Amino acid sequence: MKPLLEMRSITKTFPGVKALNAVNLTVMEGEIHALVGENGAGKSTLMKVLSGVYPSGSYEGEIHYDGQLAAFSGIRESEAVGIIIIHQELALVPLLSIAENLFIGNERARNGVVDWHETFRRTEALLKKVGLSEAPGTLVDRIGVGKQQLVEIAKALSKDVRLLILDEPTSALSEKDSQALLDLLTELKAQGVTSIIISHKLNEVRSIADRVTVIRDGSTISTLDARGEALTEDRIIRDMVGRDMAQRFPARESKPGDILMEVRDWNVWHPEHSERQVIRNACLNVRAGEVVGIAGLMGSGRTELAMSIFGRSYGRRISGEVFIDGAPADVSTVDRSIASGLAYVTEDRKHLGLVLDDTIQRNITLANLPEVASMGVISEAREVRVAEGFRKAINIRTPGVFQKVGNLSGGNQQKVVLSKWLFADPKVLILDEPTRGIDVGAKYEIYGIINKLVADGKGVLMISSELPELLGMCDRIYVMNEGALVGELTAAEASQERIMSFIVRS
Amino acid sequence: MASESAAHQDVRQGRSAGQYLANHLRDYGMVLALIAIMAFFQVTTDGTLLRPVNITNLFLQNSYIIIMALGMLLVIVAGHIDLSVGSVVGFVGALAAVMMVNWDWSIYLTIPSCLMVGILIGAAQGYWIAYWRIPSFIVTLAGMLVFRGASLWLLAGQSVGPFPRQFQALSTGFIPDLLPFVKTVFSVERMNGFAVVTGLVIAGLIVWMGLRSRARNRAYGMVTEPMSFFILRNLLVSGAIVFVSYKLATFRGLPNVLITMGVLTIIYAFITESTVLGRRIYALGGNEKAAKLSGIRTERLTFLTFVNMGMLAALAGLIFAARLNTATPKAGVSFELDVIAAVFIGGASMSGGVGKIVGAVVGAFIMGVMNNGMSIMGIGIDYQQVIKGLVLLAAVIFDVYNKNKQS
Repeated sequence: MKPLLEMRSITKTFPGVKALNAVNLTVMEGEIHALVGENGAGKSTLMKVLSGVYPSGSYEGEIHYDGQLAAFSGIRESEAVGIIIIHQELALVPLLSIAENLFIGNERARNGVVDWHETFRRTEALLKKVGLSEAPGTLVDRIGVGKQQLVEIAKALSKDVRLLILDEPTSALSEKDSQALLDLLTELKAQGVTSIIISHKLNEVRSIADRVTVIRDGSTISTLDARGEALTEDRIIRDMVGRDMAQRFPARESKPGDILMEVRDWNVWHPEHSERQVIRNACLNVRAGEVVGIAGLMGSGRTELAMSIFGRSYGRRISGEVFIDGAPADVSTVDRSIASGLAYVTEDRKHLGLVLDDTIQRNITLANLPEVASMGVISEAREVRVAEGFRKAINIRTPGVFQKVGNLSGGNQQKVVLSKWLFADPKVLILDEPTRGIDVGAKYEIYGIINKLVADGKGVLMISSELPELLGMCDRIYVMNEGALVGELTAAEASQERIMSFIVRS
Repeated sequence: MASESAAHQDVRQGRSAGQYLANHLRDYGMVLALIAIMAFFQVTTDGTLLRPVNITNLFLQNSYIIIMALGMLLVIVAGHIDLSVGSVVGFVGALAAVMMVNWDWSIYLTIPSCLMVGILIGAAQGYWIAYWRIPSFIVTLAGMLVFRGASLWLLAGQSVGPFPRQFQALSTGFIPDLLPFVKTVFSVERMNGFAVVTGLVIAGLIVWMGLRSRARNRAYGMVTEPMSFFILRNLLVSGAIVFVSYKLATFRGLPNVLITMGVLTIIYAFITESTVLGRRIYALGGNEKAAKLSGIRTERLTFLTFVNMGMLAALAGLIFAARLNTATPKAGVSFELDVIAAVFIGGASMSGGVGKIVGAVVGAFIMGVMNNGMSIMGIGIDYQQVIKGLVLLAAVIFDVYNKNKQS
């Protein structure tokens, strides 16, 4: 067997971050190759380099495809040689038919006029290939996610795919749909299609992949043979998480007090797909002076849980109870949640956390304007004093509080969001990915702020995709998977391996 | 830390006046454009533009546009649009006519009733926009048709008038000379002393408040404009106010609508710049999701901006009817376009979150002076429309260009 794809010492840097560091990946012709690693390890970046989303020249290293040096300047060029990527977020147009979606950008047309007969004929043939028995004219939003995934694969087949890349194809699928998809991949393999599958589900990886490459922190750790029984999940997990954690987290003495916030039997349904339950019977509590973590993969429902608690900002048919300081709390709207003593620091600071065109000062006071106003009239003097106070206290690096937050770096923006919620003076802060996309130095400062908060007797509920961060910061960690809290570990019990095994085995 | 901020202070103050001007080109540009346009028409109309009678006319002609621009600014800052205001002007004018002429209601009943109807119209439209999330463009386009039709129906296609004198005074009345001794002091034949004194007092107030806020800003390390700019700007503004009030004084004094308009402008400028309510409207327009997650009741706020718009449109409708002294089914046609144009010329952003009351007022005056000047010059309505359209486009292009340059 000869290699179809060889990526040799690929290095990709973003401003301030080395996303990939001399990564090597070799995929043999006709195999199913699994790519595994934690969130942020660099898997998606690597696939974007491969498919030309990051064009040749924007990275270092060489890509050899089918025995030739390849330099793709865009996704069209990589597709032309048969490399097709199917993203986690499906790229289908929901209000177009299956047939229209299959040939979007590749229309069967003569002189600009679509040949519908040809389109439908080929669609039927392709749907048969992927085992989907839907009419070509069916609108995509009428079929489930599993079938949409098959449509994506059919679309790839329509382009004469040789190397099919699937980014977490089964993360949103039911077990039955997942199995159907995996069977299809095996069948395509028999027909000579090579696949790279990015997945967190190690049982699937073991059942379908021929070989596994583990990526961690932007580097290739190992490439393992997955055929036979020799490869264990524990081995993969060890390669995925093994890294040292020395001195990355400021020390803190743990002394939890009384229960500050308790959530009981929390259930949430999807806002649009009313039959999909997003959160199932979640129960959790946070004590005063305690940092509680929620671990889980992207899409496991962590953000949805947090946002549904915080003023029902997500989901429908929400049921369950929230207690703060032992008394039932009204969290039915955001302003009531804030009044009850909650704050939620979003993972998406640009879209949900900040008014980017406004100044630092105006962003910081937004959630608690009455505090700087009397009779509804804002005292700018008071406002500036508050903003300046936060700028100095948590070290927002900026010439002054009259800067637009849109001009700040990610770390400083995050500090502005934190300031906003600190100024609202909550009892419990829910931090959703508080260090996402910010540099190591700013991370350390934010950990320091969190430690100071709990030292002042507040409670912190911290959602993070970075396990080392949770292990380094939390007194207790809940593990979440597919909308349910599937495990709870104290700091002493918790390890990356134990958390990962809760996730991949639940 | 202290030394660091001091260093920044030095950098800031070390910046040249040119740098400051480049960063605030938009703010000054608009006022300069207004002055340039006025100078242009002053020359081309042989001095007619700034004659007392014409200045008075400028205010009477533009008062209802400016009053609606105040509400429209809030609507646009909140990220919406209201196309129905022209039709609401017509409808409320028609309603007032029916009340006063056909039903013999007194103005003390008519005016509050009409304002209430405006509030209800705003509430009806705002309800669908805020709570059902139906695009404001659609809802108010529907409102535009509905209320145009409703005013035709109310007036049965006829013009209704005339109105009682008291009602006309809403628009064409003047404040009598409350300080008659002033003119004897200056020994001038024809001069409304009250108007002159009011002008002087307001000019003085503006300078005093400017100095005060300047001192306060300095104390908190805000970027302040260079002293030369401050002096120049205040000389211009207070000079213009004194000049205008003197001109008005030599004609019939201060028009009632000028007072209404001035007071409303001050109130709305205060609301937008200094109150919790105003701040929240900007946050809503700047990033609705972030505003919502900060505890702002965004639906209610959107609703209220439309309620407010309805009330101001009703007031404009009353003033317009009073000015014509008759209600016609055609009253207010295409006013919405003038109002919206004024707000955008004044620097508001289509995507919301950006815009100032003062900008909208200056924008309305730019449109108003152009209308007035071109009419005096005898330029045909065809060319007038083309020129106004191009000015609107140029103003917005200038905005976008500035924004791209900065980022």
